[in-house]
Amino acid sequence: MEIKVSLKKVKSPLVRKVTEISDEKIYSCYQCGKCSAGCPFADQMDLLPNQVIRFVQLGMEEVLDCKTIWVCSACFTCRVGCPKGIDIANLNEALRLLHLRRNQDHLKLGKLPREELLKLPQIALISSLRKYTA
Amino acid sequence: MELLYFPGCTLKTSAKNFEDSALTVASKLGLELRELPRWNCCGTVYSLAADDLMHQLAPVRNLVRVQELNRDKLVTLCSMCYNTLKRASRLVRRNSEKLETINMFMDEEQSYEGRVEVFHFLQTLRDEVGFKKISEKVVKPLKDLKIFPYYGCLLVRPEEEAIDDPNDPTVMNDLLKSLGAEVIDNSFKTVCCGSYLTVDKKEVVAEMTYKILSAAVKDGAEAVTLSCPLCHFNLDFRQAEVAEKHPEFKRIPVFYFTQLMALAFGLNPEVCRFNLHFVDPKPLLRGKGFI
Ligand code: SF4
Ligand code: SF4
Ligand code: SF4
Ligand code: SF4
Repeated sequence: MEIKVSLKKVKSPLVRKVTEISDEKIYSCYQCGKCSAGCPFADQMDLLPNQVIRFVQLGMEEVLDCKTIWVCSACFTCRVGCPKGIDIANLNEALRLLHLRRNQDHLKLGKLPREELLKLPQIALISSLRKYTA
Repeated sequence: MELLYFPGCTLKTSAKNFEDSALTVASKLGLELRELPRWNCCGTVYSLAADDLMHQLAPVRNLVRVQELNRDKLVTLCSMCYNTLKRASRLVRRNSEKLETINMFMDEEQSYEGRVEVFHFLQTLRDEVGFKKISEKVVKPLKDLKIFPYYGCLLVRPEEEAIDDPNDPTVMNDLLKSLGAEVIDNSFKTVCCGSYLTVDKKEVVAEMTYKILSAAVKDGAEAVTLSCPLCHFNLDFRQAEVAEKHPEFKRIPVFYFTQLMALAFGLNPEVCRFNLHFVDPKPLLRGKGFI
């Protein structure tokens, strides 16, 4: 991915939006990388958790297109490890919600094969619908 | 002693083995788990959005049901229910303005006063019953059974809601010991299995299941125990995908901790409903003479 930082982006409303939804102190992250080191799904992500917050700090709306926010399982490992008390799971939820609140569902259960759907327990269906749909 | 208990939806269906075994072992310990009247689904995952109160209504409404009975304690079995209800209870206790708003939008029930405490049944066993009393009820010690206790995420994270040390929980280890089993412990015990990724990214979950289970087996485990129906689905059912991708992988059964208690207490194995398992635990149990 090409990365361009600009003053215009830094002043974009992204930080305010994400702060409003997540209530996280975005600028207190000092990029130590501990969240990414501990994340069990880092190998599935295009942006590492510390990069997600860095993109938000710099107002880079590209972060909304990353795969990471849909791979995060909200396991809170990053939160427990962050020396600055930041919860990346909250941040990822805010970024997902910036899609979902525009009615852009990420998951379409109807696309799953019927045999598979029938096997999934409610706890799986409800949690994924909560995370991936409006 | 009677305890108000919140089952959640999955314990009424695919995790009936968890509920039935839990109710039976509880009564053996002199505890009556009384189902919360008119409970509703908690929503499974706690809403992480600070500006979203709508999704707190479902958990808070359950707390109102407890209050309606003039009670102030609610016990759960499912780790996810525990986490969602617990976090919601703390959110509204800390934040009177949010509570007021929530109350404003629940017009059919009384206002919630913020007094209910949410517990996980493992806490009840450790802190109220005690492992000594549990070991006294054991008639068939799970001798020579090597079990890996898997805590997953939501019993131990975030740290404010943890029922035990978030980095090195031992409550299930201690329970297993009191049942006479051998504990296989490693740091995968608190690594997330992938949770709801199981719906649209099952390969990711299968790979995590492979990592968690093969580490346990390498350390000598013959079975796994846990307390969450989603962890159970991922670690049990997804073994099919694991075996497909990794031919050397040997399947191992996954128990709810209450099933192991039922076996050790010598209760009728029917309550364990092993037919609901994907990896059949019966060959292992028969081989060791537990059934
Ligand atoms: S652990 Fe915390 S401070 Fe370190 S990079 Fe991650 S969010 Fe930033
Ligand atoms: S909450 Fe998400 S970002 Fe944080 S460690 Fe877990 S999967 Fe990774
Ligand atoms: S967490 Fe799951 S099992 Fe528990 S009530 Fe909610 S949806 Fe149902
Ligand atoms: S390990 Fe997975 S299913 Fe279990 S509690 Fe964590 S997220 Fe949930």
